[in-house]
Amino acid sequence: MEKILEVKDLEVSFQTYGGSVKAVRGVSFDLHKGETLAIVGESGSGKSVTSQTIMKLIPMPPGQITGGKILFNGDDIVPKTDKEMEKIRGKEISMIFQDPMTSLNPTMKIGYQIMEGLIKHQNMSKQAAKQRAVELLSLVGIPMPEKRVNQYPHEFSGGMRQRAMIAIALAANPKLLIADEPTTALDVTIQAQILELMKDLQSKMDTSIIFITHDLGVVANVADRVAVMYAGQIVEMGTVDEIFYDPRHPYTWGLLASMPSVDNDDNQDLAAIPGTPPDLTNPPKGDAFAARNKYALAIDFEEEPPMYQISETHFAKTWLLHPDAPQVEPPDAVKKRIRQLSSTFKTPVLVKEDK
Amino acid sequence: MAKYIGKRLLYMILSLWLIVTATFFFMRIAPGNPFTSEKQLPPEIEANLNAHYGLDKPWYAQYGDYLLKVAKWDFGPSFKYKSQSVNDLINEGFPVSFILGLEAILIAVAFGLILGIIAALKHNRWQDYTAMIIAVAGISVPSFIMATFLQYFLAIKLGVFPVARFETFMHTVLPALALASTPMAFIARLTRSSMLEVMSNDYIKTAKAKGLSQGVITVKHAIRNALLPVVTYMGPLTAGILTGSFVIEKIFGIPGLGSHFVTSITNRDYTVIMGVTVFYSIILLASILLVDIAYGIIDPRIKLAGGKKGE
Ligand SMILES: Nc1ncnc2c1ncn2[C@@H]1O[C@H](COP(=O)(O)OP(=O)(O)OP(=O)(O)O)[C@@H](O)[C@H]1O
Ligand SMILES: [Mg+2]
Repeated sequence: MEKILEVKDLEVSFQTYGGSVKAVRGVSFDLHKGETLAIVGESGSGKSVTSQTIMKLIPMPPGQITGGKILFNGDDIVPKTDKEMEKIRGKEISMIFQDPMTSLNPTMKIGYQIMEGLIKHQNMSKQAAKQRAVELLSLVGIPMPEKRVNQYPHEFSGGMRQRAMIAIALAANPKLLIADEPTTALDVTIQAQILELMKDLQSKMDTSIIFITHDLGVVANVADRVAVMYAGQIVEMGTVDEIFYDPRHPYTWGLLASMPSVDNDDNQDLAAIPGTPPDLTNPPKGDAFAARNKYALAIDFEEEPPMYQISETHFAKTWLLHPDAPQVEPPDAVKKRIRQLSSTFKTPVLVKEDK
Repeated sequence: MAKYIGKRLLYMILSLWLIVTATFFFMRIAPGNPFTSEKQLPPEIEANLNAHYGLDKPWYAQYGDYLLKVAKWDFGPSFKYKSQSVNDLINEGFPVSFILGLEAILIAVAFGLILGIIAALKHNRWQDYTAMIIAVAGISVPSFIMATFLQYFLAIKLGVFPVARFETFMHTVLPALALASTPMAFIARLTRSSMLEVMSNDYIKTAKAKGLSQGVITVKHAIRNALLPVVTYMGPLTAGILTGSFVIEKIFGIPGLGSHFVTSITNRDYTVIMGVTVFYSIILLASILLVDIAYGIIDPRIKLAGGKKGE
């Protein structure tokens, strides 16, 4: 499959009065055409910063890309200027934000907010763009689109606004859609509808999607692959099956154990991960998760773990995969879902870093 | 919309009635009468004068007469200038004050907005600091000091503008500048903070994510939303320009309504004081109504009550 996006050792930091916040610390992943990658992780783990950096939407300054590459269709966008980025934003890569109540301009008609991208990227006339805006609104399932184009955001409900946001994002047929918690602010039934809509549109348009969420329940529903982020790093990445049925990183275990699920109906307590994420101004020595990790080894406090490869598609960054590491049992909630996956290597392979 | 405006007009009339009543009674409470400053008038003459102006009637009759006349847009004769009515004074002075006030408002709004927008776009850079130094100076220097300052440097030292009077356009520049300086500074600061607030909103990020340029984002998405608090300030701005004009017209020797008003107060010219107060109130109330209508046009979320409901 064709690779549309390759992120290599991306590092992003923010200059603040308290020092430099290292929000993204060496993130690498890639994305194929038509694929959906979910990025999960606690609040503050750097999901939004990572994804916004791909469009260079982080405020610079204080933000700064301190290292790495972002190859979009083989072309590095890190050195691109704002003018060059304008041709990519909205046209090649689009973004849907978390809060549909605040991400639409309150004093501009919905129709015009959709038309803007069309006029800019597809050189459409106003009439043609308006016609297309009506089509897009009906495509995202908004009834009476001819009337709705002329309305303002406050006349739309939350779910409809998010549909309108999707229409805006998809207006110019982007190759990559980044959805930053697109359903977090919506109630559950609307969430399901929006997810259905996104899946449906993806299959029609063959867009790749980066789907950010901290809801693992949503992940199983939409994603092909999952990247688990912690403290600015990807600590585990694999297909949905690998992450759900053969997780290897204690942080992923923690996330899975704290996930409420229907089949989890015996009186098992939801185990919240204790403690709080580290301060990214001074990331701790060793493994950033060590302090909250009851499986932490002595070396976790000394040296950052390397990435191990468990299958062709499955990676985890933990010392537990080292050949000399003690065998540990994942928490019960996780253990009972573990299955033997056929693609797993006999032993984890250390991923050599090519610096 | 028409219904809304009708309702507002009704409220305006109510407020005006309160204002007329209040001024009428304050005038009566104030010690002295219009004829006290003149030398000891013989009692017969004073009685005659009082009878001529209706001051011998009981207060409720005077009050009723006055209300009736005001309703007919007749503010009565001036007590001091025998040949002139208050209406004459207003008709004569207001056009001059209107030109001065309008010019000042235009200067304040135009330059205030420009300074504020530049400051916000160049946040924490030298442009921002420069604009804000100008704004702080504008706010802290009172208009009468600004006036003398402008007269001294631009008129007397450099001779670019005439020192006083009100004949050509050049005559209007200095008083309008003096009058505009404080509100301009206010608008600049208001616009700056409002722009900064708007630029940090999510929808600006949405606009950027669409691939729009900084210029388009500023003009189409930011300014309109940033303008809302500035529009709200237009009411107090009009009031400020009105009161500011009293002093400025005196300093520059401009024959406007403001200077008539000041003179009438020292003269205890009751009818002029009351007439001009009522007139000023009408202007203020009208400008507040205009501001509210403008607000409703700029911000679609505000449906003017009684207006057509959007579904
Ligand atoms: N403009 C900024 N200035 C300073 N620090 C920032 C800025 N934006 C983000 N950060 C920091 O970067 C880190 C990662 O933030 P990010 O928004 O990516 O988290 P997230 O994973 O998206 O969390 P959430 O689930 O709450 O959205 C946080 O520590 C945050 O404080
Ligand atoms: Mg986020």
